[in-house]
Amino acid sequence: MITLNHYLALGGMLFCIGLYGALAKKNAIAILMGIELMLNAVNINLVAFNHYLEPSKVVGQVFAIFVIVVAAAEVAVGLALVLNIYRRRLESNVDDFNWLKW
Amino acid sequence: MLSTSTSTLVFWFLTILIVASALAVVLLRNIVHSALFLILTFVGIAGIYILLNAEFLAAVQILVYAGAIAILVVFAVMLTRRGDISESNLFNKNYLAAGVLCLALFILNTFLIGQTFWTIKSGEPPLNNVGAIADAFLGRYVLPFEVAAVLLLVAMVGAILLARGVNQDQ
Amino acid sequence: MINNAWLIPVFPAIAFLIIVFLTRRVQLLSALVGIVAIGTSFIMSIGVLREVLVNGISMENPVEYAFTWLGIPGYLKIEAGVLIDPLTAVMLFVVTLVAFLVNIYSVGYMHGEPGFSSFFSYLALFGASMLGLILANNYFMIFFFWELVGLCSYLLIGFYYHKHSAARAGLKAFVTNRVADFGFMLGFFILFAIFGTFNFRELATAIPNYQDTAFLAIAATLVFVGPIGKSAQFPLHVWLPDAMEGPTPVSALIHAATMVAAGVYLLARAFVLFASLPTVMLIVAYVGGFTAFFAATIAITQSDIKRILAYSTLSQLGYMVMAMGVGSMTAGMFHLMTHAFFKALLFLGAGSIIHALEEQDIFRMGGIYKDMKVTVSTFIIASLALCGVPPLAGFWSKDEILAGALNHGFTGLYVLGTVVAFLTSLYMFRLIFIAFFGKRRAGLHGHESPFTMTLPLLILAVLSIVSGFVGAPFVSHGFSSLVYYGEPHHVVPNYGVMGISVLVALAGIFVAWVLYGRPSDVPTKIKHRFPFIYNLLVNKYYIDEVYMWLFRRVILGVSYILNWHDRHVVDGIFDGVGRLTRASGHKLRYIQTGNLQTYALVIFSAVVIITLWIATPVFGGMLQ
Repeated sequence: MITLNHYLALGGMLFCIGLYGALAKKNAIAILMGIELMLNAVNINLVAFNHYLEPSKVVGQVFAIFVIVVAAAEVAVGLALVLNIYRRRLESNVDDFNWLKW
Repeated sequence: MLSTSTSTLVFWFLTILIVASALAVVLLRNIVHSALFLILTFVGIAGIYILLNAEFLAAVQILVYAGAIAILVVFAVMLTRRGDISESNLFNKNYLAAGVLCLALFILNTFLIGQTFWTIKSGEPPLNNVGAIADAFLGRYVLPFEVAAVLLLVAMVGAILLARGVNQDQ
Repeated sequence: MINNAWLIPVFPAIAFLIIVFLTRRVQLLSALVGIVAIGTSFIMSIGVLREVLVNGISMENPVEYAFTWLGIPGYLKIEAGVLIDPLTAVMLFVVTLVAFLVNIYSVGYMHGEPGFSSFFSYLALFGASMLGLILANNYFMIFFFWELVGLCSYLLIGFYYHKHSAARAGLKAFVTNRVADFGFMLGFFILFAIFGTFNFRELATAIPNYQDTAFLAIAATLVFVGPIGKSAQFPLHVWLPDAMEGPTPVSALIHAATMVAAGVYLLARAFVLFASLPTVMLIVAYVGGFTAFFAATIAITQSDIKRILAYSTLSQLGYMVMAMGVGSMTAGMFHLMTHAFFKALLFLGAGSIIHALEEQDIFRMGGIYKDMKVTVSTFIIASLALCGVPPLAGFWSKDEILAGALNHGFTGLYVLGTVVAFLTSLYMFRLIFIAFFGKRRAGLHGHESPFTMTLPLLILAVLSIVSGFVGAPFVSHGFSSLVYYGEPHHVVPNYGVMGISVLVALAGIFVAWVLYGRPSDVPTKIKHRFPFIYNLLVNKYYIDEVYMWLFRRVILGVSYILNWHDRHVVDGIFDGVGRLTRASGHKLRYIQTGNLQTYALVIFSAVVIITLWIATPVFGGMLQ
């Protein structure tokens, strides 16, 4: 029997994997991939809540679609940024993106 | 509807697929491989949506993520390629601390999920899933819907501007 | 008329605004505006006085109306209101009359001076503030106007601000008055703290029932510090002689007739407070008596005509305060009124002489009575009134003070007052014999002043002669049945006191004539015989020097220490805090690696820690 907790645990695990990718990778594109994984983990949770807690409505799915929209916008802008930076510095390694420092 | 035992089987299969390919995304050293496993992860998640009676969402997942975003990522990889591609996706110096942190977060999260009591409701999902979502978007959530459209437009214009680069002469 | 009495100060206030904003460039129009405004106030004051007399408004049944100006219900109520009793009416009459005459006189005196218009605007502002002070029905309002008249005094003393001494004198007056005003303020705040009201009449009913006289005595003493400053009593008298740097009409109006009398007026207003405290009354009496004597001795040796008059004013104010102190408020107010007339006349006469000769040193004058008959004869009338020669005004009022002192058992003060009367006629007639008679000095061209200046002199001369009769013992329903504290009492003529004081005054005049009325070397001999006393007097008991020494050594020394404390301790603490922030920032900036992933790591670490904190059972969490 698969319960809500299974789905939530799956979402949590996926989120942590994505977070690890976002925190521990050098390549900017890999970081964006990690963020995508995190967003998908959130979506799994939303849909699972929808299915188990309020099955007769589709609110969770609607919310998940909004997340997908935002994720699409985010990844488009993020990759454009990476391209732009790469053109200027010939580098997509985030370790060298440290202009924000003191 | 699948029978309970079948759905259990499918759930575990998909879970293993998703977790394994997600780990591959993060752990592999070649960014192109990572991108391909990302697509696999997205497809697995689409399967989970079907399992949860969200067929429309599964379709959107395949179209937007596996279709558009993954392709975008591959494009970006191609455009920024430099040096040895098999060493293109390395860890930074934080990898140990980040690993501990993520593990701690996962354990904590799982504990808390286990401690939480959910009021499970049983009920029939709407037969016409797409119609219900359309009613929600064009009814109650019409304003966020329109805002999302504007957001997409803005993101598109911003992405074009950023990717094209500002002409330095002007 | 009484119901519109609040308009009396409003007219000069409007005149002030008109002169400042509209007519400043047209000199004579400015003067006209000022004169018309104060004239209107004068006519209204006559109306108020008439209604007070006709309608039988007495000290017990005054007219009062007010509105709440500022209030916090249950805690604070500050009224703006008008209190009219015979005391107010008399003061209104005296102030508006003298101010009116001085305004007219100033047209001639200030003719052709730069700042002619602003002079009249200041006079108008002063008129408004002084009349407001008189009409005030509570301590807070009286303090408000008290500060305003102080400001006008400062502005007018420093009127010739390009002169260094005038600017300094203005500053001295202001600072000295601030010291006194602070005491006054503390005093009535204590009263407010005890009784919860500033209103005179409410206080008058509450004070006699209050038991803790020690506390009340502190408040009363502090309130008395106000008059010590404003009425220039010892030891805060030092500003008044220096205030003579201002234009002479100002000296007449503000520093002789009206503003300096505000202190005495306040004592009269607050008399119920003092009357219940014999100790404070004793202080008041002896401060007044001492000032009267002290200033009179200084006046004998001075050579500047205005300074002699200034010390005379000090001495006479001392008389009034002494009268308050011995308990005869009526006598004090009576003397205030007569003194306002003849001292204004003396100053205006001195101004007329200064205007003609451009000289203030009496030893460089002489024999001018032939050229300035009106001025000199009115001046002599005023001097006689001041000395207390019957039947002139000063005789009646001074006698009442002396009789009051004797009747209330202050024999010492009575003797002191009599000695002061002798000294008064001595210094006044010394001035007259040296400056007006004797040999003409070469190079002096006296001439009589214009009509606008002599007319006020003549009017004031008439008043100096007759104004004493309103309080004379043989007049029934005179001054003493109008202005009194407690029970109205008829003055019983004390012929012994009268006789002695007349004798003493005549003796003073005679001694002055012996010493100065004819060529004589006696004054020089006396000077050489007692050099110590002479130097002491001519240097005004070195009070200014003592104050300067105190200022230089004590206040500057304390300031030096405080300055050091401020620079090194207080600033040190704050500079240290600043330096600590800078230094720690300097070190901590390396945390700012600029690497977004490090930031994200820290953020999520915080998330984990906060979640753990919330979830842990020790802190009420849900982890079992």
